[in-house]
Amino acid sequence: MDLKASPYLLVSPYFILFAIFGAFPLGFTLWVSLHDWQLAGDKEYVGLENYQFLLTNDRFLTTVVNTLGMFVLATVPQLLLALLIANALNKRLRGRLLFRLGVLIPMVTSVVAVAIVFSQIYGTEYGMINWLLGQVGVDPIDWRKTSLASWFAISTMVDWRWTGYNAIIYLAAMQAIPRVLYEAATVDGASSRRQFWHITVPQLKPVIIFTVFISTIGGLTLFAEPLMFGSGRFDGGTTGQYQTVAMYIVQAFRERNNYGLAAAAAWLLFAIIIVVALANYLVVNRIRESR
Amino acid sequence: MSTVASRSRATTPTEPPNQGRAGRSWGRRRRSGAGVHIWDATALTRIALGATLILSFFPLYWMIVVASRDASAATTFPPPITPGSNLADNVSTALNDDASNLVKGLVNSFIVSGAVAFSVVVISTLAGFAFAKLRFRGSTALLAVILLTMAVPLQQIGIVPLYIMMVELDWVNTLQAVILPFLVNGFGIFLMRQYTIQAVPDELVEAARIDGASTLRIYWNIVLPAVRPGIAVLGLLTFMQNWNEFLWPLIALSPDNPTVQVAIQQLTTGNYSADYSMIFTGTLLSIVPLTVIFIAFGKQIVGGIMEGGVKA
Repeated sequence: MDLKASPYLLVSPYFILFAIFGAFPLGFTLWVSLHDWQLAGDKEYVGLENYQFLLTNDRFLTTVVNTLGMFVLATVPQLLLALLIANALNKRLRGRLLFRLGVLIPMVTSVVAVAIVFSQIYGTEYGMINWLLGQVGVDPIDWRKTSLASWFAISTMVDWRWTGYNAIIYLAAMQAIPRVLYEAATVDGASSRRQFWHITVPQLKPVIIFTVFISTIGGLTLFAEPLMFGSGRFDGGTTGQYQTVAMYIVQAFRERNNYGLAAAAAWLLFAIIIVVALANYLVVNRIRESR
Repeated sequence: MSTVASRSRATTPTEPPNQGRAGRSWGRRRRSGAGVHIWDATALTRIALGATLILSFFPLYWMIVVASRDASAATTFPPPITPGSNLADNVSTALNDDASNLVKGLVNSFIVSGAVAFSVVVISTLAGFAFAKLRFRGSTALLAVILLTMAVPLQQIGIVPLYIMMVELDWVNTLQAVILPFLVNGFGIFLMRQYTIQAVPDELVEAARIDGASTLRIYWNIVLPAVRPGIAVLGLLTFMQNWNEFLWPLIALSPDNPTVQVAIQQLTTGNYSADYSMIFTGTLLSIVPLTVIFIAFGKQIVGGIMEGGVKA
């Protein structure tokens, strides 16, 4: 009896909690999204109207574009840089632990703290970046004015916090690559750069898939950085130039008390995450074949 | 283009899977290897790593600079680059600011992060033990389900029903509202499963069985002592992660009973919204606990991330 039942008892807490705080909210979100559901008012079944509204709504589509734009702008350089840093950390080096701790130090700062500090650094009038640009003769940039400038600024916040974390994960995987592969390649006369792209990167494929997956979920649900960048407002700039889907959901929910719309946007975000995650998987999965 | 990689693979058909200590022990063999030089750090590598470290530390340093000066620090050109002498004053003002409730936020975050870390450790060691050492029908499928559930960003997707739930339970603005949803943590189960596989020999479990020990007794007397290092890592990582949670606490709590992240967000909109030295002081205070943890347990944290990333 103990042998048969206890494994299920041991794993049950997770599944019970997931049922209450995971599966049920997901299903309930779907149900809410099919209603015209305001905070105080009556709820009325409206079918797919909320989805129809969102998919033809310029503002929502803008938030989708912003989210995808910032995701690409943040993730691609972040993971490439992480690979290079990991490769450097994998060399014979005095003070390895200190370097590893050093690249991880941004982890101690919360997203809110990062966003506050970077928002000041990207200030138009007194920001450090504009001051540095001024030193080399570039006019001050209003980092919040255009989509591209704000996406760039927000992406650097994401990268600052996560590049080192990904580098450490890559480093762990690099250390597990059999050295024989490199020795053989060296005998064949392959340069270390060639070895990096032709041995290291393909060998890291499973871990790269893992980090891309994590970054996809994190990047597509981006919230705190753009929120703090816009002084804590949900609208992401005057024309929503850096409003993300997550901000749109919270705005619909919090400011407009439109639960139905927020729920529909949440499901669309979930769908976007699944599609992008699959697309990324297909791209990353080609690493070995293409080389 | 594929010659190098494929030829190398072909030469090592009997290479064992990349497990365990291989990465650490090869260093001793390195000197005799053919390609010694490619493992030496070049000057360029050192410079690049040095620059990375400077970039990693600079925003933190800048936080200290502004937090230790007065309100004008963030509106001066050229920007000041050395710390001032106002830190103690700023700290006491920030801690006493009624609008942001920073002290309450710090205390709440300790309670919330501690409770979540403790519960996640309990849930994960139990399930990790079951998945690592017990045979039961459907275990592979259940493990796969956990992996899938990890892909659901509950905070964002489930925000509407979670909030309605908290309203129905009358839990809005209570700490359990921001503790319970975060107990769903599949990563911990994977990490503890891995640790248990490595740290608990099968023979030990079997011997205890023959002696008539129950599953729970085996968990308590054999598994728990053996996986203590893993527990420390999981506890620390979970604590850090929850210390930094923002979206759901922002929704579920009100400014009078915040977590630390909500409190420093309040600083940017409250009495001192125009005073960067105060905002940065609050921000600095909010990262002190994690910095202490990081300095004390940095090595374990690095190890835990390396373990989790490769094996999870």
